[in-house]
Amino acid sequence: MNPVATPFFFYFLSAMALISGVLVITRKNPVHSAIALIFTLLSLAGLYLMLYAPFVAGVQIILYAGGIMVLFLFVIMLVSVSRVERESQFNKQWLVGIAATAALGVLFILVYAKGKSVFPERTVQLPEQLNTQQVAVWLYGTYMLPFEIASLLLLVAIVGAVVMAKKRI
Amino acid sequence: MIATADYIRILPEIVLTLFGLIVMFVDPLLPESRNVKPLGIIALIGSLGAVAASIYQMRYPGPAFWNFVVVDNFSIFFHLLVTIAAALVIMASFEYLRVQEIRAGEYFGLILFGTVGMALMSSAVELVLIFIALEISSISTYILAGFRRRDAGSVESSLKYFLLGSFATAFFLYGIALMFGATGSTDIPQIASALRLNGAPLLAYVAYALMFVGLGFKIASAPFHVWTPDVYEGAPSPVVAFMSTAPKMAVFAVLLRILFVTESPSLLAGSRPVWFWWVWGSAAVSMTLGNLGALVQNNVKRMLAYSAIAHAGYLLVAFAAAPEAGISAAMFYAASYTAMNLGAFIVVSHFANAGERYVTLDDYTGLGRRSPLLAMTLTIFLISLIGIPATAGFFAKFYVFSAALKANLVWLTIIAVVNSAIGAYYYLRVIVAMYMRDSTQEIPVMRVPAGVTATLLCSVAAVIYLGILPGRVLEFATRSAQSLLR
Amino acid sequence: MVPITTLHYLVVAAALFVLGTIGVLTRRNVVIILMSIELILNAVNLNLVAFSRLYGLHGQVFAVFVITDAAAEAAVGLGILIAFFRNKETVNMDEVDLLKW
Repeated sequence: MNPVATPFFFYFLSAMALISGVLVITRKNPVHSAIALIFTLLSLAGLYLMLYAPFVAGVQIILYAGGIMVLFLFVIMLVSVSRVERESQFNKQWLVGIAATAALGVLFILVYAKGKSVFPERTVQLPEQLNTQQVAVWLYGTYMLPFEIASLLLLVAIVGAVVMAKKRI
Repeated sequence: MIATADYIRILPEIVLTLFGLIVMFVDPLLPESRNVKPLGIIALIGSLGAVAASIYQMRYPGPAFWNFVVVDNFSIFFHLLVTIAAALVIMASFEYLRVQEIRAGEYFGLILFGTVGMALMSSAVELVLIFIALEISSISTYILAGFRRRDAGSVESSLKYFLLGSFATAFFLYGIALMFGATGSTDIPQIASALRLNGAPLLAYVAYALMFVGLGFKIASAPFHVWTPDVYEGAPSPVVAFMSTAPKMAVFAVLLRILFVTESPSLLAGSRPVWFWWVWGSAAVSMTLGNLGALVQNNVKRMLAYSAIAHAGYLLVAFAAAPEAGISAAMFYAASYTAMNLGAFIVVSHFANAGERYVTLDDYTGLGRRSPLLAMTLTIFLISLIGIPATAGFFAKFYVFSAALKANLVWLTIIAVVNSAIGAYYYLRVIVAMYMRDSTQEIPVMRVPAGVTATLLCSVAAVIYLGILPGRVLEFATRSAQSLLR
Repeated sequence: MVPITTLHYLVVAAALFVLGTIGVLTRRNVVIILMSIELILNAVNLNLVAFSRLYGLHGQVFAVFVITDAAAEAAVGLGILIAFFRNKETVNMDEVDLLKW
């Protein structure tokens, strides 16, 4: 089954992702940035759906837009927004930063334009109905070790976050 | 079915995780006012168990878990390095935590968990696993850097380390993603064969560059070294002893694996790998900036931070050199550097006293008279860092430079030798301060506790052993290099 | 209209990567720097999912791991930020300028 009106949705979602991305890095108020970031995350979830990755899209919405962003909003609430807005927003090297990064972007585009032939022409047939099952088979099969180790990563993160946020140690 | 041998091939990681969990479970059972030393002893047993497990692993070489990890001489070498470093730091931390009034068993838990990540980094041959292991090691070091919570500098160092570190991780990840795009795989041997089959496409160059940026941050090589002095200055000294050695060496192991295995065909054919000039430049700039930066420092921790940057540069020289001699020289350097740098930071940590007050060069004046043994130990580490014969540093530098000359890297060797000469100046400055200048103030020197003594004895023994009888370690490193390039 | 190929997705990902990097290098508010890092991680994921169209499912599996790591980093980062905020009462990186060469 092919997605309908692919080009339209692609351009619409990418434009939304990029415009909100620009908003994330330009807004004064961190709450506005966070909301813009949510829009980026949601439009990326849409793009994942178009790429036959419904599981990743779901995780993106539930975990990223739902979980991680709540963490961000918690911290923003700790910081007084009105004062942050009055402080200067960009550091002194902003021009250097933008120039260097833009150069990097141009480099990417050049590499993509020149190296198009690297990528295989044909796309593989990804499972449409059974995507979640297939991802699970990978996770619990071949990727078992990284999967188990990822639990240690989360444990370290929890211990770390608690240690740092505790009043006194 | 997973074979038992598979579990043995990750045995050090299993042991470390178990003991880390025990530490975390026992911590709340201890009374609030008690010293955390019992936890430290559990952690010490755990890390020594991991050392034993790494030795035991030698009998079970081979891949495990669908080729995600490989146990060979190379990974055992780095397993031993990181687990021994962890054990030494744990021993030296007992007293430090009491003096700084840090009562948190999580300290030992995080060291053990971090070591799991580092051990896995050295045996993993799959980029996804390497990335997760790298994150475990990095996240635990971010937190450890912030453990002196009463000191604003420590938290700030933790924050800075975290922000730049996760920025670097993001770059590394982007590099992995592009490598996946260029070759269709995240398995290092498969990437190697894909690159051999189709030649390295332009995208692979960018992927290498991005991965190198990400890992370059973690090993504090120029031009991604700016965070090092600030972070090392603020972080607790035993933690600096740890994070300037174990995680860094694990990242070097990853770099060796990625750079050499993926390029092994062209390397064995004698041609220069795609990343050659990139590494060359980074090595030259790291040595120069590190040594020049260290010249003007008055804070000993900052000075050693700059010296760490310079040493990362020397190590990268070995990367640019002829593959076989270069890899073994790099591994020997890693072992020597770990021994001497860890020892030096532990002395600094003991001398700094409560609140890490005494860390400037002026505080070190007259130390030779007041505490001759401590001063002598520090002197041994410093002359090893300079690279004077009969210490580990000499042979480390010697092997690296001769490997570089073997590959006709005359200019790089000249830069490295000139830098070693510059480096001698600031290390000697500390020694001169300790022995030849009289102190203006009376600085109390605490009695050296048993844990610190044991750590220092081990480090001194390692420095002298590697400096007098380098043969066995070098031979082991050479065999590992062969297993890596095969 | 041109059919949408993998390359189109890669360009979007590269643009997100550039935006995130600019954010990290130029902003002073730590929370926004963290969000910029999230932008880069999302760029990585878009790359992976797009490549997964070419090479098979393990790109998507990798993307799940990247999301896990993003969660871990966010938790730790915000913990460190709270500790920092207690000490300094600001989240502006005055002394903590990132491009201090």
